Amino acid sequence: MNNIIEITSLRKNYGEIKAVNDVSLSVNKGEMFGLVGPDGAGKTTMIRILCGLIIQESGVVKILDKDRSQSRKEIQKNIGYLSQKFSLYGDLSVDENIEFFAEIHNVKDYFKRRDELLDFSRLKPFRNRIAEKLSGGMKQKLALVCCLIHEPKILFLDEPTTGVDPVSRRDFWKILSKLLKDGITIFMSTPYLDEAERCNRVALMNAGEIIALDTPQKIKEKMNKQIIEIVCSPVRIAYQAIKRNTMLEVQMFGDRINVVVENYKLELPSIKKALTENKVQITDERIISPSLENVFMHLIKDAE
Amino acid sequence: MKTILHIIKKEFLQFKRDPKMFSITLFAPILQLIFFGYAATLDLNLVPTIIYDQDKTVTSRKLIEEFIGSGFFEIEHYADNYKETQKYIEEGKSLVAIVIPQNFEKRIYRRETASLQAIFNGSFGNSSNIAAGYVTKVVTKYSRQIVSNYLDISGRKFIPAGSIDAEIRVWYNPELKTRNFMVPAIVGLLISVITLLLTTLAIVKEKEVGTLEQLIVTPIKPIQLIIGKLVPFVILGFISVSIVIIAMNIIFGIAVRGNVFFLFFSAFLYILSTLGLGLFVSTISKTQQQAMMISVFAVLMPMNFLSGFAFPLENMPIPIQMLSYIIPLKYFINITRGVILKGTGLAVHWPDALALLTIGLVILFLSALRFKKRLE
Repeated sequence: MNNIIEITSLRKNYGEIKAVNDVSLSVNKGEMFGLVGPDGAGKTTMIRILCGLIIQESGVVKILDKDRSQSRKEIQKNIGYLSQKFSLYGDLSVDENIEFFAEIHNVKDYFKRRDELLDFSRLKPFRNRIAEKLSGGMKQKLALVCCLIHEPKILFLDEPTTGVDPVSRRDFWKILSKLLKDGITIFMSTPYLDEAERCNRVALMNAGEIIALDTPQKIKEKMNKQIIEIVCSPVRIAYQAIKRNTMLEVQMFGDRINVVVENYKLELPSIKKALTENKVQITDERIISPSLENVFMHLIKDAE
Repeated sequence: MKTILHIIKKEFLQFKRDPKMFSITLFAPILQLIFFGYAATLDLNLVPTIIYDQDKTVTSRKLIEEFIGSGFFEIEHYADNYKETQKYIEEGKSLVAIVIPQNFEKRIYRRETASLQAIFNGSFGNSSNIAAGYVTKVVTKYSRQIVSNYLDISGRKFIPAGSIDAEIRVWYNPELKTRNFMVPAIVGLLISVITLLLTTLAIVKEKEVGTLEQLIVTPIKPIQLIIGKLVPFVILGFISVSIVIIAMNIIFGIAVRGNVFFLFFSAFLYILSTLGLGLFVSTISKTQQQAMMISVFAVLMPMNFLSGFAFPLENMPIPIQMLSYIIPLKYFINITRGVILKGTGLAVHWPDALALLTIGLVILFLSALRFKKRLE
């Protein structure tokens, strides 16, 4: 059993919208698998199908070698799910929340595991606090602890760090790497590409389809293009100028633009010409190797 | 089984953390009981009356004395003109104006029919009706007196003829007090609110916060979840019924004449319906506000109107009467009124109990099915 999750031609529609359109992929045991894509790409739908919250239109999902639609109870026993909004009982304390989730999973002797989890999530000093009164980052850690109490084999995380402060985010990732060491398989969706880079393998999802699936490194290598990064202002005018005057692909990032080129020596003069003609101030220019973000935007553009 | 207990335990723990909710379920029943018992009365004890005596004779004065002597009327004022009379009615100071026209006495002595005008404030339809009855009573008595007086005076003998005298006995509620009729029905009303509204809110809250999803991801079965969520509110429902029954006895002296166990058993049968409806509302609401609005306006209010709680069903158009047959509250109020006021039991109420059981099982089954489908 190497593939702990096996998905074959999965489909799910919401009316006209194809939320998941013919997706096949497999996840290896013990890896951290990242599902990346813009909002509305179908990431949450995918995870919800995998967790058994919604049922697919067609296609087969096998988890731990068992058919999702047939062995519900067995699968549920072995998975944990952390939803986007860290659902907890706000009026119960930290301890009581964990206790409740342990009990409905029929975990009898959870005290030791609870202490362990509270220790490494550093929630121990707050164990008697009402969950509502925790900070956002602590709530998220508590939610994670609650879905780990029954020692699941697979952990599904749906955008677990959205809306969490950077310090808590780092804490959270520390916990995740410890879990990986313990042999837990993690399947997570994230809109952040810096988080995707930390995954063993990444699937880029757009409009319900997987447009790339590999290790972050290999995905980047596949692009086989060069990126010219130009820090300039005003960025919007620069973006439009290049789009109008050249055939090149431009990506906009805050105070800079990235232009995708085959060979920068050939293209740079025409780019600069277009910018100066439109009175764009260039502060800095350099050649960078494509980031996952560049690749992703490039692939989405291709898909369209 | 154990899983269900865990959910129930959690539910009570959450309940304990919410002192507002706790006091609502404890005190609201008593408060409601007091309101309904004292305020929602349709009885009319003393009719505030204004009298405009245009005749000012011995006969008219005697008639006025009759009105006072009857004990139904309280004379607020003796008017001298129509304007004043009108003012009293308009301002609501009097419910009835009695106008004795000129020549009242003369006409009677001439053996003609004398008329008497009684003006009512129809904006209080029900009270006016009752007052009109009182007026008729007094006037009939007085005219009978006139006839017998006349016979006496003329020296003719009163020839007795067979007549019928209706002797009215009111059973179960001898004083015909609205309170005695309303208070037992409050048991039904209360249990509806607590079981239906609180159940819906408790489920929709989990939906809103997202914990319901978290529960679905666990190996828990939908039926365990349903039972675990419903049982706490059954218990709460029973607690508030007990509170109401005790308070009813202490405050209004209305004791349960029948079997209390049968009352609780019927309450249980009734709860099947309300829990089912609560479950149903939870499947169609996304937020607690929605659930609240739907429960109150789409379920509880129509159910009250169609149950015979306040308005007699017999006066409603046939289609609406037919509709009332599927309203479980109707049967339950039948039982509470019967058991509390008349002391009747299963022998009389088995059709009501059977109806409750049937309706309850159907509603609960369909809602549970829908809830289960929603989860999957």
